[in-house]
Amino acid sequence: MYDFAYHKPSTVADAVKLLADPDAKAVSGGHTLIPALKHRLNKPSALVDLSGIAEMKGIRRAGNAIVIGALTRHVEVADSAEVKAAIPALAYLAGHIGDVQVRNRGTIGGSVANNDPAADYPAAVLGLGATVHTSKRKIAADEFFLGMFTTALEQDEILTAVEFPIPEKAGYAKMKNPASRYVMAGVFVSKGPMGVRVAVNGAGPCVFRQAEMEKALAANWSADAVAGIRQSAEGLNSDIHGSAEYRAHLVTVMAKRAVAAAG
Amino acid sequence: MNVVAPFEGIGASVRRKEDFRFLQGRGAYTDDFNRQGQLHAWILRSPHAHARIRAVDTAKAAAMPGVVAVFTGADMARDNVGGLPCGWQIHNKDGSPMAEPPHPVLAQEKVRHVGDPVAVAIAATREQARDAAEAIVVDYEVLPAAATMEAAQKPGAPVIHDGVPNNLCYDWHIGDKAAVDAAFAGAKHVVTLDLVNNRLIPNAMEPRAALGEYDRTTGEYTLTTTSQNPHVIRLLMGANVLHIPESKLRVVAPDVGGGFGSKIYHYAEEAIVTWAAGKLARPVKWTADRSESFMSDAHGRDHVSHAELALDGNGKILGLRVSTQANMGAYLSTFAPCVPTYLYATLLAGVYTTPVIYCEVKAVFTNTVPVDAYRGAGRPEATFLLERLMDVAAQETGIDRIELRRRNFIPTDAFPYQTPVALQYDSGNYHATLDQALAAADWAGFEARRAEAAKRGKLRGIGCSTYLEACGIAPSAVVGSLGARAGLYEVGTIRVHPTGSVTVLTGAHSHGQGHETTFAQLVADKLGVPVAQVDIVHGDTAKVPFGMGTYGSRSLAVGGSAMMKAMDKIIAKGKRIAAHLMEASVDDIEFDRGTFRVAGTDRTKSLVDISVAAYVPHNYPIEELEPGLEETAFYDPKNFTYPGGCHIAEVEIDPETGKVAVVNFTAVDDVGRVINPMIVEGQVQGGVAQGIGQALLESCVYDANGQLLSGSMMDYTMPRADDLPPVGVATHTTLCTHNPLGVKGCGEVGAIGSPPAVINAVVDALRDYGVRTLDMPATPAKIWQIINGGRRMAAE
Ligand SMILES: Cc1cc2nc3c(=O)[nH]c(=O)nc-3n(C[C@H](O)[C@H](O)[C@H](O)COP(=O)(O)OP(=O)(O)OC[C@H]3O[C@@H](n4cnc5c(N)ncnc54)[C@H](O)[C@@H]3O)c2cc1C
Repeated sequence: MYDFAYHKPSTVADAVKLLADPDAKAVSGGHTLIPALKHRLNKPSALVDLSGIAEMKGIRRAGNAIVIGALTRHVEVADSAEVKAAIPALAYLAGHIGDVQVRNRGTIGGSVANNDPAADYPAAVLGLGATVHTSKRKIAADEFFLGMFTTALEQDEILTAVEFPIPEKAGYAKMKNPASRYVMAGVFVSKGPMGVRVAVNGAGPCVFRQAEMEKALAANWSADAVAGIRQSAEGLNSDIHGSAEYRAHLVTVMAKRAVAAAG
Repeated sequence: MNVVAPFEGIGASVRRKEDFRFLQGRGAYTDDFNRQGQLHAWILRSPHAHARIRAVDTAKAAAMPGVVAVFTGADMARDNVGGLPCGWQIHNKDGSPMAEPPHPVLAQEKVRHVGDPVAVAIAATREQARDAAEAIVVDYEVLPAAATMEAAQKPGAPVIHDGVPNNLCYDWHIGDKAAVDAAFAGAKHVVTLDLVNNRLIPNAMEPRAALGEYDRTTGEYTLTTTSQNPHVIRLLMGANVLHIPESKLRVVAPDVGGGFGSKIYHYAEEAIVTWAAGKLARPVKWTADRSESFMSDAHGRDHVSHAELALDGNGKILGLRVSTQANMGAYLSTFAPCVPTYLYATLLAGVYTTPVIYCEVKAVFTNTVPVDAYRGAGRPEATFLLERLMDVAAQETGIDRIELRRRNFIPTDAFPYQTPVALQYDSGNYHATLDQALAAADWAGFEARRAEAAKRGKLRGIGCSTYLEACGIAPSAVVGSLGARAGLYEVGTIRVHPTGSVTVLTGAHSHGQGHETTFAQLVADKLGVPVAQVDIVHGDTAKVPFGMGTYGSRSLAVGGSAMMKAMDKIIAKGKRIAAHLMEASVDDIEFDRGTFRVAGTDRTKSLVDISVAAYVPHNYPIEELEPGLEETAFYDPKNFTYPGGCHIAEVEIDPETGKVAVVNFTAVDDVGRVINPMIVEGQVQGGVAQGIGQALLESCVYDANGQLLSGSMMDYTMPRADDLPPVGVATHTTLCTHNPLGVKGCGEVGAIGSPPAVINAVVDALRDYGVRTLDMPATPAKIWQIINGGRRMAAE
């Protein structure tokens, strides 16, 4: 690690001010950022620790949506009675991120802001048509994820919460990378106020919607409806764990399983 | 009240004495030691697989805060620091010695793999040392790299070492080629198979670390290091590298968190911290981080082989012909040359009566991390080749795979059995271990389980491996004649204290094997001293007279045997003291577990009576007998030991994703006499975990430029608990005939027997897809490709 200054503001407004420094970085659970610092891959001038900001915590129901504060840890989402009742697929997803240690430290805000192509949460955010709340504005999921590790967030913009509309049905299935256990290919499906949505993570450089599958499921909500749809391998990730073709194949398999899980 | 002490001798599952401190996090590992005035070293490593060093500029680094020194290869050369030695010399087919290029501690002129040490920065803190190392400016002229054996052997391949044509370390062979060729000429079936034995990265839980100290008042050096064999390090580093007499060099290997072979070798960092401590007269510590471990610990396996098996019409094996290429990496690690030769080709008879065998091995330098022994070392490679070949032979001859094995087993009454590849097996019963494993795994009921799995959409397969290995390393004269530069005996000292407690000094080293318990049980069994009163001391050259350390499942068979010999001497001396005290003839004294008795009488003396008399005598035959009760013995094994057995794996494949799950695993091993069944089970479980890791998960991958792609746990798939099935472990014992304990060794059997069992099961699961063979690891992507390809083939 290189030296950096450390700040722990207690309001979003203070945090935003501290992040005016273009080399400062926000830290939430630190489970992604701290390993990168240890490897000296990152040299921030200051870390702005968000964990003391009360207004970014907690899970609540707001009308026909569940609003999850950015600092909520994966384990809290997985165990939340509110989430389990309203969007069981989201609780399931959170309960299957990494391992116990990761779930005890990692936060939804950190995960969504980081937008790792192989992370789990982006699939739920896009697949449920959630709205991302920030220190400045509200951003629809479809406008939020811009590319590999890239989002609509600006340098001094803090993700404060994610608002998930409650669907009629939703399901998630993933194939894990054998080594890292991150997502090799995952599919989140839902049907509800945001229509029928199919979001694919892990397979490509950024989470994306699978339009053909959405159309098929809108017409016939069943695993069979997606079984014959082939995801194109073009532009998908290819590495020592699997080719783009393999990942494309997995998208169909995981879509079937996600629909089956959604019921 | 008469309290019956629990039996703690040979055969008891005594709980591990060491677990109290290990499970509570109270072990004392190298990095836990901190000395007054200690400095920290950070090693600058090559980012290139192959490059010429035009210049190294350390000026900026040396001026940074906290920095005490920055050293390069040139500084070491100026001090006449020697290269890292190789402990084994192999000879080519024509009798000439292998190529043995220098292995500098810090790079001289060139770097030859990613991770090759170039310079060291030494500072007050580790972070300062690291900052300084980053500020060293190295002017590299990047050269084309040979990352694979294929690339290294191509015409016009990059020259890794001057004077080593074709990057060939050696071209060795064993066996009677003409006789094998004749056997093939007369064969009914010839089965051929190309195999890759995948390259592995050991990943012991504790990364390597080294702490060097120098005492200016005495001129003594102390190296505390993560080693499986501190005396060997003292010998190699003292004599070959730093030229320090052994009397002035102490090497301590305290608690060590796993080795699996990777901590046998003498590494550059050990020499760097010891030398730097002397130069700076301050303690210098280095501890690897996990990323460094990936690119600096010796890797394992990495063979490419072509094998041919000749059989007659009844499935009787007539001959075996093998051609293997073995990757040495960029330099020769301490024992590297013997792994693909004498620990591999000599094992190619396996448990079969193959009358003639020929094997040639080319060892090749590449621009990769050095490769050396890793749990099993050579024997997993031989076993994988043979046991895959047997399954393919069964497929191609139409003979059932179990039956084919049985027809070729060395008969139970044929021992001692001389193989055509140098080894003479002393004992074994391959039918018995096979029968027991088949029953435990319910082999007969498999087809019903397969049908049931098919209903769930899963492909189920079963596979077995009937393996043999040679360990208890090693008969010194034999290995000497084969090129070992040192004998491989072991030393044990038994010190009976005045009040009867015992300290054992052993040259073996425990880094997870439970010696503190097993060795204490030997004393409990033989001398009748409770396990709690027996302390095992190991890992310190200042305390233990000598020792060759722990690897090749040798600790009990060789180190334990030395202890038994020393205890025989204790008993012999004790009898003389007892005879004196009881005024009887020595010949009339009997000894049994702690009690000396005048034969046929009720006159007895306890071991404590004798030890008290030996140290603080009132009444002692001091004119005839030296006081004290401490004996040392050296034990040189007469032969290797030959554990063997049968492993059976049952797998289920998800055909949609290609993911293989091992659903059941049965191991029935003959490890000779079992001292502690619980520890044996633990050793087999751990070995099987690594074997399943090799078969399904682990793979070291370099790109064409020699960059390590699987350079962290994000990309190198370590087996995890949920990758592993319940492993049924059982033993079937035939005794080793040539050591006093009848033990054979259990440390490596799990990793040796299991990989082919798993792959045979995977191939069996895929039987409807026309799969003949596949390389390890059987990853989901690979299996999917096979299934997909198979489907496509079927459709065409
Ligand atoms: C071993 C391991 C395994 C893992 N496995 C998985 C897995 O299987 N699936 C998975 O999805 N994830 C996995 N993770 C990642 C884990 O979920 C991370 O914790 C998570 O992605 C990031 O959350 P965090 O709170 O730790 O973020 P941090 O590390 O604190 O921050 C990550 C990034 O987001 C920024 N950031 C953080 N919070 C905010 C905010 N509120 N507003 C704006 N920017 C912010 C930071 O500046 C930083 O750039 C794994 C991590 C580890 C270490």
